[in-house]
Amino acid sequence: MGCEQHAGAVESEPPVTAPNWGPALRSDSVYKTGQARPAIVEDVAEAVFSARGITKIYEMGEVRVEALRGVDFDLYAGELVVLLGPSGSGKSTLLNILGGLDRPTAGDVNFRGRNLSRARDAELTEYRRAEVGFVFQFYNLIPSLTARENVAIVTEIAKNPMKPEEALALVGLHDRLDHFPSQLSGGQQQRVAIARAIAKRPGVLLCDEPTGALDSATGVVVLEAIDRVNRELGTATAVITHNADIAAMASRVIHVSDGHIGSVEVNAARKSPSEIHW
Amino acid sequence: MSALNRKLFRDLWRMKGQVFAILLVIASGVATAIMSISTHDSLRLTRAAFYRDYRFADAFVSLKRAPESLAVRMAEIPGVQSLETRVVAAARLEVENYSDPVVARIVSLPGTHPPLLNGLFLRSGRLPDPERESETVINESFAQAHGLKPGDGLTAVINGRRRTLRVCGIALGPEYIYPISPGSLIPDFAGYGILWMARKPLGVAYGMDGAFNDVTLALAPGINPRPVLDRLDELTRPFGGQGAYSREDQISHRYLSEEFKQLEQMAFLFPAIFLGVAAFLLNVVVTRLIATQREQIAILKAFGYRNVDLAVHYLEFVLLIVAGGSALGLAAGVWLGRNMSEMYLEFYKFPFLIYELTPEAVGTAVGISAGSAIAGTLVSLIRAARLAPAEAMQPASPGRYHRGLLEVLTFGRRLSQPTRMIIRNLERRPVKALLTVTGAAFAVAILVSGMFFRDAVQLMIDVQFKLSQGYDLTVLFTEPSAQRSVHSLAALEGVRHIEPFRSVPARFRAGHRSYLTSLDGHPPGARLRRLLNEKFEPVTLPPEGVVLTDALADLLHVKPGELLTVEILEGARPVRQVPVVGVIREYVGVFGYMDLSALNRLMREGELISGAWMTIHRPEEKSLLARLKEMPRIAGATMQAKALANFEETMAKQMLTFAFFNTLLASVIAFGVVFNSARIALSERSRELASLRVLGFTRGEVAYILIGEMAVLTFAALPLGLLIGRGISAMAVSNVQTDLFRVPLVIEAGTNAFAVGVVLVSALISTWLIKRDLDRLDLVEVLKTKE
Repeated sequence: MGCEQHAGAVESEPPVTAPNWGPALRSDSVYKTGQARPAIVEDVAEAVFSARGITKIYEMGEVRVEALRGVDFDLYAGELVVLLGPSGSGKSTLLNILGGLDRPTAGDVNFRGRNLSRARDAELTEYRRAEVGFVFQFYNLIPSLTARENVAIVTEIAKNPMKPEEALALVGLHDRLDHFPSQLSGGQQQRVAIARAIAKRPGVLLCDEPTGALDSATGVVVLEAIDRVNRELGTATAVITHNADIAAMASRVIHVSDGHIGSVEVNAARKSPSEIHW
Repeated sequence: MSALNRKLFRDLWRMKGQVFAILLVIASGVATAIMSISTHDSLRLTRAAFYRDYRFADAFVSLKRAPESLAVRMAEIPGVQSLETRVVAAARLEVENYSDPVVARIVSLPGTHPPLLNGLFLRSGRLPDPERESETVINESFAQAHGLKPGDGLTAVINGRRRTLRVCGIALGPEYIYPISPGSLIPDFAGYGILWMARKPLGVAYGMDGAFNDVTLALAPGINPRPVLDRLDELTRPFGGQGAYSREDQISHRYLSEEFKQLEQMAFLFPAIFLGVAAFLLNVVVTRLIATQREQIAILKAFGYRNVDLAVHYLEFVLLIVAGGSALGLAAGVWLGRNMSEMYLEFYKFPFLIYELTPEAVGTAVGISAGSAIAGTLVSLIRAARLAPAEAMQPASPGRYHRGLLEVLTFGRRLSQPTRMIIRNLERRPVKALLTVTGAAFAVAILVSGMFFRDAVQLMIDVQFKLSQGYDLTVLFTEPSAQRSVHSLAALEGVRHIEPFRSVPARFRAGHRSYLTSLDGHPPGARLRRLLNEKFEPVTLPPEGVVLTDALADLLHVKPGELLTVEILEGARPVRQVPVVGVIREYVGVFGYMDLSALNRLMREGELISGAWMTIHRPEEKSLLARLKEMPRIAGATMQAKALANFEETMAKQMLTFAFFNTLLASVIAFGVVFNSARIALSERSRELASLRVLGFTRGEVAYILIGEMAVLTFAALPLGLLIGRGISAMAVSNVQTDLFRVPLVIEAGTNAFAVGVVLVSALISTWLIKRDLDRLDLVEVLKTKE
C-alpha cells in the first residue's frame, strides 16, 4: 500500500521537461570524494540518489570478495553520470545496489528520501517496478518474445508507461517491432533493451556496460539512444563502462577502482556520442 | 493476450518435446487411475443395478422335500417380505458334438407368472410355456459355449431318466452372474449349465410335484438376517433343511464379491503407486525445468515483477501441461476402462454394463498430478525467489569441485579430462544425481511391479495344477458312495491309477471368526493330490485332526495345536471340536483337509466317498469319458487340462490384462522420465558444453561428457529399481490376497530383464534425440548471451 502511494507521488513529478543537469555541475572543478562539495550542489540540484558509506561483501563459494569499501555517491536529477573503472572495480555492484537488485552489507542508500538499504524484498520490487530502468551488457531480452512484446512485458505492469511502439521509436526501431531477439543484431537487441528500460518512464536509467558486447559503430548507435532518452525525457542516467572514451558524453565522470570512488570530473560540455570513437 | 502469457505459450511450444514427455507421464498416471477406478465402479454399479432390477433374493435355503404349507409358516417369520418356493434339480446334460461331461442345475420358474425373486433377463426367445413340458431357458454363457440357439434340442438326465428338452430362450439371472458349479473355484462355461423350466414339468420329472426343495426370500431392508436364518433352519430341519444362508454366502455373489475385492485392491493400489511415481517424477522434472529459467526469472524480477506474479506465471505453465496430460489421461483411461469393463463381462454374466466415471475418480487422479506439479513448481520458485535478482542473473557461481573419493578410487591419474568432468560433476551435486537415479529407478520399479503378475500367475499354475494336483480327471458321485465303488471305476479301460476322496461343506469356527468352505478327506499316502508346505514339499496328513490352508488359518487366527469348531453342513450335520494339526500352502481356494477315515468318523458315517481322482491313458480318454457319462451315479467328471484352460481363460486372463495395461503405461512413464532427465541435463549444461566445443572438443567428445554422465546414472538406477520394484510388488501381493486366491511374490529374471530393457531402450532413444540437439548447439550464440 505504502509502495503504491509512493509510485503515485513519483508520477505527479514532471521529469519529462526537466533541465539536463543542475547548475552546480557547470563548474570545471575536480574534487575528491569525502571532501566537502560546493554547497550550491546540495542547495539547488535535487539528488535522486544519495548513498553513504556503502560496503558490499560477497561470499562466493570459499572466496570472500569485498566489492565495495565505503562508497559515497550522488546522482542528481536529469544528469548523465558515467561510472568508469576496470572490470572488478565494484561498479556493477554499486549499480545493482542503486537499482534495488541487491542490498549493501553496510551503509545507506536513499532514493528521493526513501531508504533502499533497509527495504524489504517487496518494497524493492515495487521500487524497481516504478522507478528503475535497467540496461544490461548482454541485453537479457526474453528470447521467446518479439521486440514489441519484450517492451510490453514491462509496460504491462507500469503505472503510466508509453506505448511499446513509442519507446521503440525513440531508439529508432519502429520498423523492427515484430522481430524476435534472434532476428536482431546485437545493437538492435540492446536498443530494444533500452526501449524496455525507458518505456515505463523510470525515475532513473541504469546501464551496465551497454556497449560491452558491441563493436564501436554499433555501440555509438546505442549510446545515442541513451543520450537521447536522457536529454529528451530528462531521466537521471548512470552508465557503467570500462571504456574511457565513453566518458566524454557524461555530465559527470566518476572513477571507480578497487571498491572505492577515486575521483569525480565534471565535463564542461557533453560530447554527442556521434563524436566518440574507440 | 499479455506479453507474459505469450511467453508462456511460446516457451511451451519451444520445449514441446519435453512438454510432451511430461504430458505422457501425467497422462499415464491419470489413465491408470481412471481405468482401474472406473472399471471397479462400473462393475459394482452394474451388479447393484442388476440385483435391484431383477430382484435378487436376500436369503436362500435348500431342503430335501417340503409341502407348500411350510411356505406359509416361513412367510410369517418377522423380517420376511416375500418368498418363493421352487424346485432345483441336479442333472447331467448331453450336448451334440461335445464329448466331455456336462452337469446342470435346473431351476423351476413359477410358470403362471414371472418369478417374484431372481428374475430373468431374456437375451433372446421367451420364457417356457407351462403347457409344453420340454421347454427350457438356458443361461447365456452355456449357450455361447455350445453355440445353442432357441429351437435347439438338448438331452438331460433328470433323476436317472433321459428326456429331450428344447431351448426356448437364452437368459441371464442375478443368481448366476458368476456361473460356478458347487465345489469348483473356476467357472466352466461349457461344463456347467443353468436351465430354467416351468415348475410343473420339472416337479413331475424330479419327483417334486406339489412339493418344493428350495426357497428364496426377500428380507426387509436393513434387518439383521441372522434371526431369520435361524428360524428358517428350525422350520426346515424336519424337511432335511441344508442350512439357510444369506446373500453373503450365495456362491455367485460371494465369488463375485471376492473378485471385486481383489479388483478394488488392484484398482487402488496400482493407481496409487503409478500416480505416486508420476507425481514424484513430475516434481523432479518441474523443479529442474524451472531451475533452467533462473535467468529469465531474474530479469522479470529486475523489472519489478513480484514473486507472486512469477509464481502465477510458472504455475500456469505447469498447470497447462497438467491439464493437457490429464485430458489425454482421462480420454485414455475412459477408453481403457470401458474395454476392461467389457472384458469382465466375459466372465461376469451381466445383461448390460453401466459405465461409470465418478467425479471423485477424476478429482483424485487429476488432483494428485496437479498437486505434485504445483509443489515442484513452488519449490523451485521459492529457491529462485530467495536469490537476489543480481545474483540470479549471473550464471551460477562455479560450484565447489574437488577430487572426490570416486576419482581416487578409479585411479584419477589415468582418467581423461572428460571422464574426470563426469565424475566430478556427479560428486558435486549428489542430490541431483540421486534424484535422477531415483527417477529412473522408479521407472524400472513400476515396470517390474506391472509385469511380475505374469510370473506369479505362472507359479500359481505350476503349484496348483502340476505340483499339487497330479491327476488327469476328477469324478464326482451324485451322492456319497461306498469306498468300494472305486474298484468298479478302477476297472474301467483307460484308468491307470485311482484314489478316492470325501468332500463335505463345512463351516469352521474359531472364537467369533467363522468361514464357510469345504472339508476334504484324503486317503493316507495320496499320490494324486498332494498337500504342500511353504517349500512346496509334500506333507502327509496326520491320522487325526484338521490341516488348514495357510489362508484359512490366517482368516480364523488359529495355529497348529489349537482347537477349531467344525460344523458339517451335510448328512447328520455334526458339530465337532477338532484340533488343528498342520498348515499347508495353497494359492487357490481356502480349504480344510483331514484323513479320509478320520472324516468318516467325524461324520459318523461308514466308509463313504464323494468322488475320485484318476490318472488315465491318454488314447482312451474319449472312450473313458463316454463310459463315465453313461454311469448314472456319476454326477460329473472334470478333466484337469480343462480346469487349467478355464483358469487361464478367466482369472489368469483378468490379471494379465490388467498387468498388460499397467506395463504399457509404465513403459510410457519410464520413457518420459528418462527423456526428461536427459533433456534437462542438456539445457543445464549447454553453455559449458558449447565452451568446450569452442575450445576444440569434437562433437563426440562433448557428447561423451553428457551422455556418459547419463549412462552412469542410468546404470546406477537399474539395480536400485529392481530392488524398489520388488518392494512395490511385495506391497501389491499383500494387497491382492482374497479367499479365492493368493498371489505369490515371485519375480523371474525375464521380468527384471524386460524392465531393464525398457529403460535402456528409452535411454538410447533419448540419447539419440539429445545428440541431435547437442550437434545443433550454436556455439557463438550460447557464448554471447547469458540466457
